[in-house]
Amino acid sequence: MTTINVNGKDRTVDVEEDMPLLWVIRDVLAMPGTKFGCGAGLCGACTVHVDGEATFACQTPISAVGTAKVTTIEAMQDTPIGKAVQEAWVEADVVQCGYCQPGQIMRAAALLAKTPKPDDAQIDEVMSANLCRCGCYPRIRAAIHRAAAQGAVA
Amino acid sequence: MSTMPDTAVSRRGLLRAAAIAAPVLVLGIRLGGVAEAAGAPAPFKPNALLSIDGQGAVTLALPRTEMGQGVYTSLTMLVAEELEVEPTAIHIELPDGDPARFGKLGQGTGGSSSIRDSWEPVRQAAADARAALIAAAATHWKVPATELRAEQGKIVHAKTGKSATYGAFVATAAAAPIPEKTPLKTPDQYRVLGRRMHRLDSRAKVNGSATYGIDVMLPGMKVATISQTPVLGGTLANVDEAAAMKIKGVRQVVKLPDAVAVVGDHYWAARKGMDALGATWTDSVNAKLDQATIVAGYAKASEGPGASAMTEGGLDAALQDKTMAGAAQRLSAVYQQPFLAHAPMEPGNCVLHLQADRCEIWTGTQVPDAAREAAAAATGLPIEKVVLHNHLMGGGFGRRLEADFIVRAIEVAKQVKAPLKLVWSREEDTQHDLYRPYYYDRIEAGLGPDGKPVAWTHKITGSSIMARLYPKYFKGVDADAVDGSVKTPYTIPSQRVEFVRHESPVPTSWWRGVGGARSAFVVESFIDELAAAAKQDPLAYRRALTADPRAQAVLDLVAEKSGWHTPPAAGRARGVALISLWDTHMAQVVEVEKSAETGVRIVRVTAAVDCGTPINPLGIEAQIEGGIVFGLSAAMFGEVTVAGGRIEQSNFHDYRVLRINEAPTIAIHIVPSTQTVGGMGEPPVATVMPALANAVFALTGKRVRTLPIAKALMG
Repeated sequence: MTTINVNGKDRTVDVEEDMPLLWVIRDVLAMPGTKFGCGAGLCGACTVHVDGEATFACQTPISAVGTAKVTTIEAMQDTPIGKAVQEAWVEADVVQCGYCQPGQIMRAAALLAKTPKPDDAQIDEVMSANLCRCGCYPRIRAAIHRAAAQGAVA
Repeated sequence: MSTMPDTAVSRRGLLRAAAIAAPVLVLGIRLGGVAEAAGAPAPFKPNALLSIDGQGAVTLALPRTEMGQGVYTSLTMLVAEELEVEPTAIHIELPDGDPARFGKLGQGTGGSSSIRDSWEPVRQAAADARAALIAAAATHWKVPATELRAEQGKIVHAKTGKSATYGAFVATAAAAPIPEKTPLKTPDQYRVLGRRMHRLDSRAKVNGSATYGIDVMLPGMKVATISQTPVLGGTLANVDEAAAMKIKGVRQVVKLPDAVAVVGDHYWAARKGMDALGATWTDSVNAKLDQATIVAGYAKASEGPGASAMTEGGLDAALQDKTMAGAAQRLSAVYQQPFLAHAPMEPGNCVLHLQADRCEIWTGTQVPDAAREAAAAATGLPIEKVVLHNHLMGGGFGRRLEADFIVRAIEVAKQVKAPLKLVWSREEDTQHDLYRPYYYDRIEAGLGPDGKPVAWTHKITGSSIMARLYPKYFKGVDADAVDGSVKTPYTIPSQRVEFVRHESPVPTSWWRGVGGARSAFVVESFIDELAAAAKQDPLAYRRALTADPRAQAVLDLVAEKSGWHTPPAAGRARGVALISLWDTHMAQVVEVEKSAETGVRIVRVTAAVDCGTPINPLGIEAQIEGGIVFGLSAAMFGEVTVAGGRIEQSNFHDYRVLRINEAPTIAIHIVPSTQTVGGMGEPPVATVMPALANAVFALTGKRVRTLPIAKALMG
């Protein structure tokens, strides 16, 4: 049995130690907002926060989580930054298919928490961890600037 | 006057073949009024698309599938315009797969056809529903219908000031015949169309609540993953089933002739079980097949005779040859375009519950109607016993026009006594795709003394997707493969276009743009070569060669907006391309500079488009931005290759797509228009690939005729 803290709640699961956090979240905790894209840390669709750090859930064995606080897309609207990012995403019409967007939003929120007013180069550096096949990149940049301008971290 | 075979059937037409061939054929989408049981007012269902309940709430059963392209919003706008409601007030439902429900409109989504196919029938369905509600109100209020108007979901009688929501009239409307051919609004009356409308599906997609096929969970469901023969055409040899069964959470190993699946409590158990299996495979005749052999096959086939796809300037080939021979200057070239994977972000998957007498499926497919038929065939059940619940798709790009994800899941589920989710790994998705065909094009032109082409021959060699899927329509020319080559934007007095079908063991299918994008890369690159040979500005050269005022207008607009007539900054260069395809005219200018990593960095793309009446400019801009990034990924990096009979690429490290740091800034300019609507999913993909190659030529002097560009520049 392993206990991890997800979105503020302790959750105890009976899984093997090497099971990636992604599959614990999706298949055991039945929270499908976090997406499977590549299983290799190449696309960022599975990005969650582990103690506030944007993390590839597909590359994080549950044994490595320990007492860290895991936050997923399902809880982002409850945080000021998460809510500001989501609103900016809607206002800037970022989404197309939307499948990569939970991961994009998690990474953008982590970026803004550390860098409240990122420039394009800072956005590109951080957000290049996440792929979007629909090609929403110009709008992701615009939405991050929008969230930053609205004082996401106020 | 050009001549094309009358057997030319479009991809767009064939996508509706399932509906056309359905035994229960209805006229259009008019299924007639459906009066439900008496009691509380039953919803008014004037047709297959719309339902209006006693509260006046409108539900639209979306007749096209949503994979990101925005039909959720744009088709809703078509309804909102004619039904006189706000788009945001309409509840949108993704209907189950049904080959009969939508009649000729069908459900198949591809070929940049959603708006083009829906434009008339969807607006008509909404207009007729509005007329039915007005007629019902006229009956209720005993006033002439001509004194009534529909407005914001209400019927209003100005003379008396009476007003009531649509809900008040649904029972009466349902009992009366549905009006037909209600006049549609004219462009000056548009209230919704042309509005910059925010997407209606954003909220669920930013908070994680949007449900894709891969997210579906059923009580008691098991999760499986699959390995299919790595060598094309191989078969399963041995597996260490005991080793897999030792993994915690593994429940079952399912062996198929050419694949093996491991079933577990969750994906991770199935994944570990698959690794423990150590599956071995029996090679096929393809075991020694490599890319060079495949390409040599296309090259050789291209030397043989082709089927005539189009001829212009007399049917006499000898006369055409004479025109070519007499040209002042002759150029010829070979263009090669690689196999491409689709790589949607959501890997292949299907959830299903297969029982002895029925099968229920939850998945995301571009063809819910045809996929349900494929599922019926795979299960052996009558179609009435197969239910397909369609979902949002994490990207389609043509990949989800194929039903193999569903058929594979059925094959596995036949041996599993539980609801099942089959999830493909990214590696499996990449290596068992049905790829964009390899294309080998030979093209030649003769220029007159003024530098303009007087003769043009173009022979396209590639696999025929149509011949595989719809053999009865194939008469030697794949109408989709030659799309954009048989009709270019240019006036050339003598032309001959031929198609040679050549298949390799690599399976091929539709891919965002398919034949049109192939054509655009070749034709627009070669036109650039001709302009260079004629020592003329490539944009002005195109402008002078096209007689179409709409094509001329997008060239003029892109020239103005990109600063074409002002030299670029030092170290930068620009390229241009023009297409008239999918009923849309588009021109793009790509600006590039040198890069040590990939040979070229894409700085900026400017696009000008005339797609007829713009439904939602915000959506059009999204499609163009996204299509540009998608096309740049393919042009720069996209290539699937074979070694030892196996697909070499496996994940995003070796099937590279653009990342945000590689994405250019993009500016889009839409020509105002009230003309009939054009497609938007594919035009930007097709236009940007040659525009980039032309910019690379302007920058480096190197003409890239074999994609991808990064490989051509960097080796």
